[in-house]
Amino acid sequence: MDVKLRLLRFNPESDDKPHFENYEVEADPMDRLLDCLHLVKWQKDSSLALRRSCAHGVCGSDAMVVNGVNALACKVLIKDLEQPIVVEPIRGLPLIRDFIVDMEPFFAGYRAVKPWLIVDESQHEPERERLQSPKERERFDDTTKCILCAACTTSCPIFWSDEEYVGPAAIVNAHRFIFDSRDQGSRERLEILSQRDGVFKCRTAFNCTAACPRGIKVTQAIQEVKRAALFQSF
Amino acid sequence: MAQVHEYDSVIVGAGGAGLRAALEAGKRVKTAVVSKLYPTRSHTGAAQGGMCAALANVEDDSWEWHAFDTVKGSDFLADQDAVDIMCNEAVASVLELERMGLPFNRTPEGKIDQRRFGGHTRDHGEAPVKRACYAADRTGHMILQTLYQQCNKYGVEFYDEFFVLDLLMVDGHCSGIVAYEIATGELHIFHAKAVLFATGGYGKMFKITSNAHTLTGDGPGVVYRKGLPLEDMEFFQFHPTGLYRLGILLSEAARGEGAILRNADGERFMERYAPTIKDLAPRDIVSRAEFFEIKEGRGAGPDKDYLLLDLTDVDPEVVEKKLPDITEFARTYLDVDPLKEGVPIVPTAHYAMGGIPTDVNGQVLANHNGDLVPGFYAAGECACVSVHGANRLGTNSLLDIVVFGRRGGIAMAEYASTHKLLKLPEDTERSVQQWLAAICDGPGEESTYEIRSTLQEEMMDKASVLRTDESLSEALEAIDKLRDRFTRTRVKDTCKIFNTELVEHIELGYLLDMAQALVVSAKARTESRGGHYREDHQMREDDHWLKHSFITKVPEGLPQLAYKDVVMGRYEPVERKY
Repeated sequence: MDVKLRLLRFNPESDDKPHFENYEVEADPMDRLLDCLHLVKWQKDSSLALRRSCAHGVCGSDAMVVNGVNALACKVLIKDLEQPIVVEPIRGLPLIRDFIVDMEPFFAGYRAVKPWLIVDESQHEPERERLQSPKERERFDDTTKCILCAACTTSCPIFWSDEEYVGPAAIVNAHRFIFDSRDQGSRERLEILSQRDGVFKCRTAFNCTAACPRGIKVTQAIQEVKRAALFQSF
Repeated sequence: MAQVHEYDSVIVGAGGAGLRAALEAGKRVKTAVVSKLYPTRSHTGAAQGGMCAALANVEDDSWEWHAFDTVKGSDFLADQDAVDIMCNEAVASVLELERMGLPFNRTPEGKIDQRRFGGHTRDHGEAPVKRACYAADRTGHMILQTLYQQCNKYGVEFYDEFFVLDLLMVDGHCSGIVAYEIATGELHIFHAKAVLFATGGYGKMFKITSNAHTLTGDGPGVVYRKGLPLEDMEFFQFHPTGLYRLGILLSEAARGEGAILRNADGERFMERYAPTIKDLAPRDIVSRAEFFEIKEGRGAGPDKDYLLLDLTDVDPEVVEKKLPDITEFARTYLDVDPLKEGVPIVPTAHYAMGGIPTDVNGQVLANHNGDLVPGFYAAGECACVSVHGANRLGTNSLLDIVVFGRRGGIAMAEYASTHKLLKLPEDTERSVQQWLAAICDGPGEESTYEIRSTLQEEMMDKASVLRTDESLSEALEAIDKLRDRFTRTRVKDTCKIFNTELVEHIELGYLLDMAQALVVSAKARTESRGGHYREDHQMREDDHWLKHSFITKVPEGLPQLAYKDVVMGRYEPVERKY
């Protein structure tokens, strides 16, 4: 079938501002949007710039705004998209070129919440694994799925207007540890998240949950972190 | 002028092996990680099923049984000293990942849960054993995330989206690398005492592959062009369950949890090929069986060109809980619900057993005599220790990256702390500058897209699961033509910022080199062993071929082959039956 695409293009060396360009490629309804972007790049205009790697929704490289909503280009199929398919870079991060944005502010937010297991290192390391019941493991399962694609954070209206806000993805990654029975760092993480740019900036727009390509209940995780911060319960 | 950075150790690649090495090296010496992708985009994250270690949490097990399975699975081509190290250190490696916070699935008692996987057996082949430690079907994702978290915790320095273009060598010693900063188009020299490559595989030379677009053999490509050898390139693993048309991986864990492979007649065909362990036979055997079924007209679908992975008899809760991602892949990409019907699958190019030859500490070999390259290390899929021989067992890649990433990181740091920084070669970056200028100034009459897709089709048709001298000769001829056409391409994008056309162009060059090395090695090996199956030489020939191939590029003509003996141990080669 013919697929019509409308892509927001920006070349920082020659353009003052982004502009739309139209393309048409021949594809199968079961093809991914990423396949069509590749056809544009490989057959029509080799200068099209995008990030991609695994092409099946696990590496998190190709988050874009597709017909107005955030998605991974490798996880939406042509048959499910209205044409012309309008593709834009994700919002709220500095645009570099075409669909490539500066991810550094996003990763800075991630690192700010200390997303690693915190344990008392003065204690003797156990010889075997620490025990954790299936129920305890289940408690934080949803947020372990995060692939750091930024689809949630860049769909958040608070993040668009306030780049200091840590954003949904950082809170998801904090949640993954706050509710891990093995972790001992919840207090310091919640202290960070209780500051001005932390979790209470969230106004529960639910955009993040709708945007997550991994199906993580992001808004619910954020609410659980708010409760943990308010009541010190985790 | 290139920017120059000085480090004790520089690691290229930020998947499981690179990050594991970085944790060790970073604690000991000044270390940088240089990676083409953001670390969490690495393809370790796509690994699904598990990581084997004889924890014996669920069933009786021993590391020695694991070693036996690995050697037998390798069709006796693995070096048994290295296999012993890997299987013995597996237990500590899994426990260490747990201590770093990896969220393994748990048994009712709270221990790390384990499940069955292809080729892993109790007591030397008696029956399948539960040995694979796992986190749903996202084990690789959890390993990658956990290692990245730890690297952040310890403040490892990253240079993300830097693409390696050259290895710097002075009198046979490694003294650093040249990398291209994708964001700016600038060259950077990383001047270092020790370098470790952990750049992953090169499955993108095949049409149907589970590999990411970015898996193009960059590390082995650089090494090969430097005149250093690559080992066992003829051995490439095809995973038996790739999604039809797409090649996206559906974990062997599906069969570990009870899924069955069926042909068009609904027959459980693996009973004929591996009567004892059936669907859980090693991947080379199952992929071959699928090719035979299709060849003999028993494939499913209108074109009789796929088989079916049947999960309908597996408890739906197990499918949803323990195999959520692969269930979603089938639903998203094929519109097939695995709870209700068989999932169309085909063998998919999955894993390079061959690569940059190393010793058990990750140090790179300069030749088939076993001489070492001072200051140069490699680990993970881009390397060949060899622990996988002619066919890797499922889960052993995640184990490999953790065990040998760690060993390589320690070894490189020890080397770096006992040696001085060497001088850089004269005109360090000039040859790279000339190369880049040339590819932006070519005639531009050929299309890289056509060259790449022709390569992928030719390799799939002529050098994949079933091979003959004739098919390999044709493949070689096709590659020669493509290499020639490649010289007449040009990078048309002139923008310095994120010139991904330039990156893809260089990647295709590496792929063409890897394909040539693979086919020349495969054509020479006139026997069948593991993942290398010759229809015109169907038997394994231990008298002549129980040896590793070493292929080296020469200035003119076809690359040259030499051979190195396999390190034997407790297990003598026997006929491989399952």
